[in-house]
Amino acid sequence: MTEDQVKQIVIDIINEIAPDEDTTDLKGDVSLRDQMDLDSMDFLDIVMELRKQHGIEVPEEDYPRLASLDSCADYLTPKFNEK
Amino acid sequence: MAISLTESQHFETIIIGAGMAGLAAGIRLALAGKEVLILERHNASGGLNSFYSIEGRKYDVGLHALTNYVPKGTKGSPLNKLLRQLRIPYDALDLCQQHGSRIAFPDRQIRFDNDFALLESEIERSFPDQMDGFRALTTEIRELDAFDLGAAPSSARAAVQQHIKDPLLEDMLFCPVMYYGSAEEHDMDYLQFAIMFRSLFFEGFARPFDGVRVIIRLLQDKYRSLGGQRKMKCGVQCIHTEGSRATAVTLDNGTTLTADSILSTAGAVETTRLCEDQKADAQAENVGQLGYAETITVLDRQPADFGWDDTIIFFNTRDRFSYSRVDADLIDPTSGVICFPNNYDYGDRQLDEGFLRITAMANHDRWCALGEDDYRQEKEHWYGELQKVALNILPAGKLPLDAHRVAKDMFTPRTVRKFTGHLNGAIYGAPGKSRAGRTHLDNVYLAGTDQGFLGIVGAMLSGISMANLHVLQGS
Repeated sequence: MTEDQVKQIVIDIINEIAPDEDTTDLKGDVSLRDQMDLDSMDFLDIVMELRKQHGIEVPEEDYPRLASLDSCADYLTPKFNEK
Repeated sequence: MAISLTESQHFETIIIGAGMAGLAAGIRLALAGKEVLILERHNASGGLNSFYSIEGRKYDVGLHALTNYVPKGTKGSPLNKLLRQLRIPYDALDLCQQHGSRIAFPDRQIRFDNDFALLESEIERSFPDQMDGFRALTTEIRELDAFDLGAAPSSARAAVQQHIKDPLLEDMLFCPVMYYGSAEEHDMDYLQFAIMFRSLFFEGFARPFDGVRVIIRLLQDKYRSLGGQRKMKCGVQCIHTEGSRATAVTLDNGTTLTADSILSTAGAVETTRLCEDQKADAQAENVGQLGYAETITVLDRQPADFGWDDTIIFFNTRDRFSYSRVDADLIDPTSGVICFPNNYDYGDRQLDEGFLRITAMANHDRWCALGEDDYRQEKEHWYGELQKVALNILPAGKLPLDAHRVAKDMFTPRTVRKFTGHLNGAIYGAPGKSRAGRTHLDNVYLAGTDQGFLGIVGAMLSGISMANLHVLQGS
């Protein structure tokens, strides 16, 4: 799986848990929180959906690694490819 | 009844109570794929915010107004946060905004609606010398981290007095805030005050056209669609413990169920007393003392036909407002809340009948000590007294109330106790809240009224945040 595919998976999850947020034109290197109205409860849902839909576990201490789309791709792509 | 072990079953989380908090917590856990079971003693969901029918007519309990109203998509608002967490679309709530409400004291009125500017201009008009203080207070409340689960309680009276020097204005601001969510007498926790102040004045009031059942049905349907299980008429009789952990619950019917964790919305003291390692009279000092009674009058005309356009009126007829338990009598009619569920902006819809609801504080023990005949007689008497009080506060009716009444009902603290199990029928629960939702047991958590977020939105947020904090983040 490529980094772009992983980014798209994260965007799809955000569209599902926060349907009122605009996810077109998200910048990869800017934190998701700065671009959208997401809080820690929403990040919990992103983690929950990664587990449910893709079997990917993100331990709580790694939540900061999901801050931006780029950091999500860095952190999650190896996890997807290890499966 | 003997304990039946044959029916023994295991769940990851058992939730006690199918009220707003329990259902919201259930949805969160079911969303995460947890094996979750909600147990409810009553035959209907909703808990303190429910509904019932008499002679084919539906009555709401709880909900006068859904506080925390904000328009669709308002960023960072509790209402939109909770809808997102529950994955329920905003429009499904069918929220209709209030016409306008007021705080009515003997010589002073303050009107407010869902636009904060009205409250500001009313205070400017009635209390011009307090305006700077009021602005400073509202700025402080806006900036406060009111949802800090670890904050120590502090006096709201003291905090408000820093800015508001006129005791009349202070009382007028406290009256609606206390009536919509204080379990404490005379004073309340400042964070609690701030949460309520925001939900009433910065945000606002709305109501689904069909009342509280709209919200309950949305929650139930969502929970069911996610595979969540629910057992009605299944009260919990005992929480079994081993050391510092709960291991199982025994139901009223003798069934025993085991669980990894338990989320209880039964109340702080009520939950403690269910635990087998605690005494039946544990935490007596934290039992809620504030009981309420409410009369409901059904009219064959709309309230507007009588000249009554307010949505909610918070009233006080004494010199100073005293929010405290009723000792000397069955009901204290000198302050309370008047609500007209018809007076919301329903567009081209309107409720078929007119409703007038009047709420006042009541003494649980006195109501419970009455025999059946006396109970009925006293209800009749106090129904009449509360109508009199309301008629004195409302603009002179263009029509006589008695001639247009088609039905009436009344509930007392005894009714609340019977259907919700809350000690003393105290709808706002224990004065000492447990914000982090912890109990003396490692895997039993509190949500709902006694966790400390109040109102319908607060109750749902409480269920969500406790499920997130203790079950989902921990796993």
